[in-house]
Amino acid sequence: MNGWPELDRFLWTDPRDVGCAEAMEILHVYAELVAAGGPAEQRYPGIAAHLRACGPCGEDFDGLLAALHGETH
Amino acid sequence: MGGNREIQGTPVAVRRLDPESAEWLRVLGDTGPQREAALARLHEMLVRIARGEVRRRGPRLRISGPELDDLAYQAAADALVAITAKVGQFRGESRFTTWAYKIVIFEVSAKIGRHFWRNPSVPLDAEDWDRLPDRFGFDPAQQAEWRDLLAALRRAVDEELTPRQRAVFVAIVLNGVPLDALVAELASNRNAIYKMLFDARRKLRAALAANGYMGDDPSRNS
Repeated sequence: MNGWPELDRFLWTDPRDVGCAEAMEILHVYAELVAAGGPAEQRYPGIAAHLRACGPCGEDFDGLLAALHGETH
Repeated sequence: MGGNREIQGTPVAVRRLDPESAEWLRVLGDTGPQREAALARLHEMLVRIARGEVRRRGPRLRISGPELDDLAYQAAADALVAITAKVGQFRGESRFTTWAYKIVIFEVSAKIGRHFWRNPSVPLDAEDWDRLPDRFGFDPAQQAEWRDLLAALRRAVDEELTPRQRAVFVAIVLNGVPLDALVAELASNRNAIYKMLFDARRKLRAALAANGYMGDDPSRNS
């Protein structure tokens, strides 16, 4: 780590990142697994890596999770 | 229903449909009053999810109350069309409602992206390099230390990136254009824009590492 943590974070790319197309295709499966407390990151590490890196996909995931949690509240 | 498909080596189980999902598929595949009633219920559900989603994002958006509601209704309407067109593609890998929620949330994102251009904060072709220090949290008191780094970064942007990668970098990183807004403006798709920025980031890190400004850090993972 250097003295520029935000730049360092921005320029770091995870080789496991599957990209938006694949993450969006399976987001409903991933979100349900997370909502159920299942091993989502373990089962789909590439999706997890992407959701950490991609603002829009991460936002959609947060929204989908909120919708699923809203079903039980 | 059973069997697995794989997405780049990741197995996705197709499970037996739960009763609620099976019922949704049955009535949406039907004709007449039953289908119309199901469409009405589905639309109501999509409106509820869309309104919840725009409320959740609302504080971060420059969109007011009535506009937010309008956006939610548009997203729900377009999601209803998409879902009824694609219902045959539903594979039972999740509940039907989860799949439907996803589609309406994608529509919300797309609408918010397009809405950005009603009142953009900066022209698309502007290049405000003075924003970078703030963008990356550089302390103004340490300018002597990061001035060379930013100059090297700018050189790398100009010399290492393709024209399209550079344009995407400038729009998103310098000018703060949201990725989905750029997708709308360029009539592209999220995956293509994200990949351009991903490749740009990788090239920029390599260039800065080659010049001793930061490490390659190949061992870092989460």
